[in-house]
Amino acid sequence: MIRAVIVINDQGKPRLVKFYDYQPVEKQQEIIRNVYGVLCSRAENVSNFVQDSTFGPDTRLVYKTFATLFFIVIFDDSENELAILDLMQVFVETLDKCFGNVCELDIVFNFNKVHTILDEIILGGQVVEMSSSEVVKALDDITRLQKNPNSIVRVPKSISGWQGR
Amino acid sequence: MGSQGGFGQSKEFLDLVKSIGEARSKSEEDRIVLREIETLKRRINEPDIPKRKMKEYIIRLVYIEMLGHDASFGYIHAVKMTHDDSILLKRTGYLAVTLFLNEDHDLIILIVNTIQKDLKSDNYLVVCTALNACCKLINEETIPAVIQQVVELLGHPKEAVRKKAVMALHSFHQRSPSSVNHLISNFRKKLSDNDPGVMGATLFPLYDLITIDVNPHKDLVASFVNILKQVAERRLPKNYDYHQTPAPFIQIKLLKILALLGSGDKKSSEQMYTVIGDIMRKSDTASNIGNAILYECICCISSIQPSPKLLETAADAIANFLKSDSHNLKYMGIDTLGRLIRISPDIAEQHQIAVIDCLEDPDDTLKRKTFELLYKMTKSSNVEVIVDRMIDYMISINDNHYKTETASRCVELAEQFAPSNHWFIQTMNKVFQHAGDLVNPKVAHNLMRLIAEGFGEDDDMSDSQLRLSAVESYLKIVDEPKLPSAFLQVICWVLGEYGTADGKYSASYISGKLCDVAEAYSSDDVVKAYAVTALMKVYCFEKAAGRKASLLPECQSLLEVLSASHSSDLQQRAYEFQAILDLDANAIENIMPLDASCEDIEIDKSLSFLDNYVLKSLEQGAEPYIPESERSGTLNISKIRNHNAYEHPTHSLRFEAYEVPKPVVPTKIPSTVTYPTDIVPVTVIVSEPSYQPSVQPSWPLVPVSDAGSGSGSTELKLRLDGVQKKWGKPTYSSGASSSISNFESDRTTVNGATQINTLISKPREPRQSNVEVSEEKQKLAASLFGGKTSRSKKKQSGGAAGHSKVSRTTNHGEDKVQPAAVPVTVTTAVQPPPPDLLDLGEPAGDTSSYSSTVDPFKQLEGLVDLSQDVNATASATTSNGPDLMSLYSDADLNGSLNQNPNAMNGSVNPSKKTASLTKGPSLKDALDKDALVRQMGVNPTSQNPNLFSDLLG
Repeated sequence: MIRAVIVINDQGKPRLVKFYDYQPVEKQQEIIRNVYGVLCSRAENVSNFVQDSTFGPDTRLVYKTFATLFFIVIFDDSENELAILDLMQVFVETLDKCFGNVCELDIVFNFNKVHTILDEIILGGQVVEMSSSEVVKALDDITRLQKNPNSIVRVPKSISGWQGR
Repeated sequence: MGSQGGFGQSKEFLDLVKSIGEARSKSEEDRIVLREIETLKRRINEPDIPKRKMKEYIIRLVYIEMLGHDASFGYIHAVKMTHDDSILLKRTGYLAVTLFLNEDHDLIILIVNTIQKDLKSDNYLVVCTALNACCKLINEETIPAVIQQVVELLGHPKEAVRKKAVMALHSFHQRSPSSVNHLISNFRKKLSDNDPGVMGATLFPLYDLITIDVNPHKDLVASFVNILKQVAERRLPKNYDYHQTPAPFIQIKLLKILALLGSGDKKSSEQMYTVIGDIMRKSDTASNIGNAILYECICCISSIQPSPKLLETAADAIANFLKSDSHNLKYMGIDTLGRLIRISPDIAEQHQIAVIDCLEDPDDTLKRKTFELLYKMTKSSNVEVIVDRMIDYMISINDNHYKTETASRCVELAEQFAPSNHWFIQTMNKVFQHAGDLVNPKVAHNLMRLIAEGFGEDDDMSDSQLRLSAVESYLKIVDEPKLPSAFLQVICWVLGEYGTADGKYSASYISGKLCDVAEAYSSDDVVKAYAVTALMKVYCFEKAAGRKASLLPECQSLLEVLSASHSSDLQQRAYEFQAILDLDANAIENIMPLDASCEDIEIDKSLSFLDNYVLKSLEQGAEPYIPESERSGTLNISKIRNHNAYEHPTHSLRFEAYEVPKPVVPTKIPSTVTYPTDIVPVTVIVSEPSYQPSVQPSWPLVPVSDAGSGSGSTELKLRLDGVQKKWGKPTYSSGASSSISNFESDRTTVNGATQINTLISKPREPRQSNVEVSEEKQKLAASLFGGKTSRSKKKQSGGAAGHSKVSRTTNHGEDKVQPAAVPVTVTTAVQPPPPDLLDLGEPAGDTSSYSSTVDPFKQLEGLVDLSQDVNATASATTSNGPDLMSLYSDADLNGSLNQNPNAMNGSVNPSKKTASLTKGPSLKDALDKDALVRQMGVNPTSQNPNLFSDLLG
């Protein structure tokens, strides 16, 4: 099971935090700090996997760097490291499709949308979707529906068909 | 870019994010956030906030909480927002709630109603949102409120809803299996859903169910294999492909499930071989995801019943992983190598260089994984190299958790494979010095025991050399600051016991060091207790040896301080020491015999040695004993009377014997514990940290008349039997003499001893051939992999590898086990099994269990009977408990006692040589009798309190 998905920037500031088993806020922060500490000490050209006690027994961490952001997934031994690595790829591809050339600020300002995307990919700590086009389709459905009740008129970003939710 | 307001958020939020982004310090950031919290608190409670505004507030709350600040004041507004009709607001509300609340939060109850309503919605997206929330928010109590609706949704026309309903049910199952148990069939049903996504979702709950119990799901093997086959043959719609790999996560999950189902099940495994082979052949090794599936296949192959063909394919795949430049793949290669090595132990050899490379890789993750692999492939031929490496690594890391793990692995490997005791001690010293507080305290006891027992051979020289080297290394280390407590205990004990043994160091030098320790670690009572007892021993040994023994001034003052200590244990030790100061050399020699730590303690639970006494008393008209169960109030009187009789006015030692052992013996000394038995109590001092003979003030009388049998001897000693099981070489067992012959010869002590000697002299030879560490990888590799001895399995399975001697040693072990196991019923003296205190996780440590679980580990095998023999011989000499008692209890006995040492000279010497176990006087017939008792599988006891509770209920 996936325990958490975390996105932090290279300064250690959290950009997206989602824990699939509940952790109190303090514990979340502690984990984020630890993760950041571990990732900073990692050299380049090493593996994307970390085994460290700070995440709990038998848990592992896979991280991937995209520009200024670390994408981190913490999971237990019922998942496959390499596959999780590709899962992150899917996540980022999807973000890219939604935001168009996604950057850190897109995630900061639209993290509610990012959460929606993540919910389509991972549900209850399990990977339920591996196709970014399917995720985008699901998002489009939601977006279309939201347009119906015209109670809210918003200024969309350059990406068509999506608003902050 | 952010300040342009192009993200659909208000200027305020953009400014907030921007200012936090520009904050130079954590405190500055905190200030900004706190200001924001104040603003939100004020605004959010204003009346008539436009919904859109409220939505933004909620998002800002989420943001604040993500930064680690408390946003609980706004939770209720998030809950309210879930009630909103607009799906946009509803989703925002649900999102915030799932992030804010845990399943036990008080507010959950307010959401359940909304979820119920939303699950009924016509709009499938609303239903999906509600199901998402179900996964996170529904707790055990609220499951019944929604479960019916969720089950109904399993039949929803939209596959997205069905998929999420399955996931919701899965999360219910994780939280409270009992409330969903009747619905498990739904998971199986949904396995045949038309939509592959829904089918894939059912694999998660099924995987969990199969992890819990494989058996009810064995019938699904064919289905799973069939699904996997279809997936692998690309029968799924194209949109399930990822980089040309069909539905990778479904494949991975299926392979994981098959690995569980096929484990140890030949029939199921055979169904899988074809499809796994196909997948491996087709797998795309150029892509990441292809390798992920390949990795999963190898895991599956190593878990199910082995198929030679698949193992070969797996080995090839592993070779490719290891050859890769990618660290990720190398990591996977090392991981799979560790899995496969259990099945085909030879596989590592062809990858030795790759493994060494990984060991020296700068990547810490890879390094750890490699150490894990080395741990799995350790055998006696490479243990030195591996443990040295592990210790170096242990020293270099700071992570306490991993340090502990590495330390315990070092200890485990050293105990299991140590080539020599000297090496073992040196290794343990290193582990203790660098991770002393992290290792199991048992390890310290084991180390002391080893030093006390030495090589267990007739070689007195090597024993004393071993001890001397231990003493020297400890004298060197002891001055270093901040040593771990457990290590100091070992140091104190060894210095006390052997510090002055060979005369190289003077008593005052050792005493000075010990006083320094007690002073430097004055906050550690356990260390002080060890130190003061060690001081006492040093003093006693000096005095007993006829030298002028005087206390150092600092020792005097230490005693004074301790006798006023708040710790009753320390007080008692101090008082005991002071009492000893007044005794003459002869008495001291009996209280504190030199090098007597290996003596066995034995409890004759039936107290047969009292028979004569009881008989005599009965003849003289004494009341017969009435068992406790049949007794009424009559006992009280005698109890009081006894109490008075035994009352002693001072704390000083009491050497007079008790007149009559009665059901309750009141004791005055704090750490003296009384364990009532059926007949007569046996009083034992349980002074926790001491494993050396301490003065025993309140010993129950061991009747002198029966002293010859020695069966009642009880003394607190480090228990030493069985220690050699851990060390040595397989050749131990090569002695042609079967255990039976030892068994016989032990009865005649002298022969028995010589017999052992010949046995023991053998294992030394192979030690010289041990490979030494070399800087070059080749050599390192050779030392790691070169040994042909295949690694035998650790604890659990114990499938010994194909060593030529295995079968013989196993039989050998069985031979000896039988005599050990059977006669327990015969002997009257019931003894508890040896405490696992000293066995360190070897479940088969006690002799009786050897019969059932014959540990095929040949080294152990060879040693088991050896140690048995040693025990037998060693224990054949009675410990000096009774003699001590008799000394003081009955003057008449002095005459007979004086003969004891003489008797010893003849009969005991051999056994003294063998294991250096013996010390103190004994009687000849005691030898025979005790040897017999030993042989029958009666084990000596230690003073471990748990042990006694085992024994006596």
